[in-house]
Parts: sequence; structure tokens; C-alpha cells
Amino acid sequence: MTFLLTREPIDPAPLVASVRTDGDGAVALFVGTVRNVARGREVVRLEYEAYEEMARAETARILEEVRSRFEIGAARIVHRLGALAVGETSIAIVVASAHRTGALEACRFLIDRFKERVPVWKREVYRDGAAWIGERS
Amino acid sequence: MRVRVLFFAGLRERAGSGSIDLEGLLPGATVRDVRRAVEERCPALASVPAAAAVNLEYAPPERVVADGDEVAFLPPVSGG
Repeated sequence: MTFLLTREPIDPAPLVASVRTDGDGAVALFVGTVRNVARGREVVRLEYEAYEEMARAETARILEEVRSRFEIGAARIVHRLGALAVGETSIAIVVASAHRTGALEACRFLIDRFKERVPVWKREVYRDGAAWIGERS
Repeated sequence: MRVRVLFFAGLRERAGSGSIDLEGLLPGATVRDVRRAVEERCPALASVPAAAAVNLEYAPPERVVADGDEVAFLPPVSGG
């Protein structure tokens, strides 16, 4: 499974091990975490929802694109859904490659594309209110 | 012609529901027509920025929809 939406906490360490083979000299790991301040307001928690079927389809397209652009081995993306406390991991991306450049560049490409295209939404819950992020109204 | 329309995040909250079945669309109807029909039914959705997807792929407003299609309206995404 190269993409997973989960309601359970994400542990990045087993992900790193799951993509590495003896032909890989590098594994890049990106971990997105919930921070305690956003837009100048104190964040209590985040809530993520997804158009799950399309998120899987869109991520599959992005993973295909990354393979056509970079020399990499295995890659995996895991995104958390539901309510997350400050400090928890919302997304983890791992990319294995023979060399560091491919792993790092592909990892950067994946997180940037994911944030642009994959239908997942975040609701920030503050001490004094809440807002869907992305929608400006 | 009938399509299933899905809403997410802020749009879902404004629509008061995650999905509606839209009937009576004419053959040749586009994503833009679907949006217009949805706004007639749920005025709270008018002028809320949203991309569209048809059958799990992003689709432009001029994309023609077919009977049984799943049309989703997606507020700007904010995952990661």
C-alpha cells in the first residue's frame, strides 16, 4: 500500500523501514505536525476530512508523476483523518532512493503536490472559535 | 438525467448535507450547469469558491456530465 488514510496515530519509523531496500543509499522522510498557533490564534486541535476515494486516486496520480521525474525506489504517503491534538503527525511521506538528491527532491515534490491537489481539508479549532482552512469567506 | 453531487468541508456545512441527488438535468449539461442547479437548491452555496471533480478527477466547468456521474464540489484543499 503506497497511500493510506488513517484515523490512528502515525508512527514514521516503521514507514522508513518499509521503503528501504539494500539498493537504497537514502531515505527521505517528511513529517507534518500540528502546531499550537495558526493565523495568530491559539490552536487547540485540528480536524481533517477527505474525499477519500478521490484522495486515493489523486495520490496515485501524484506518485506516478514523481516516478516519471525522479530516480527513486519505493515511496509511501500516510495522512491522518479525524481530530488531532497539538504535536500529533498529520502526514508522513517517505521516499527511498539510491542517492540523497533523488530522495530529497522527490519528497519535496510529493508534499508540495499533495498540498495543492489532494482533496483533504483541515479545520482549525481555536480556543475561541474554528475555521475551515482554504475557504476564504 | 440524474447525478450524485457531493460536498466537503465548509461547503458540506453550508449545504447541510454531504450529498444530494440532482435530477432533471438535460443531456449535454455541464459541471457549470450542475453548480447552477445546486445553487438554486441551496442558495447558501452561491459564490463559494470551489473546484469540481467528476468521477474522482478534477474537471473544468465546461466538462459535460453523464447520467449516473458523481460530481463533487471541493473547496480549496488544505491537507498535509
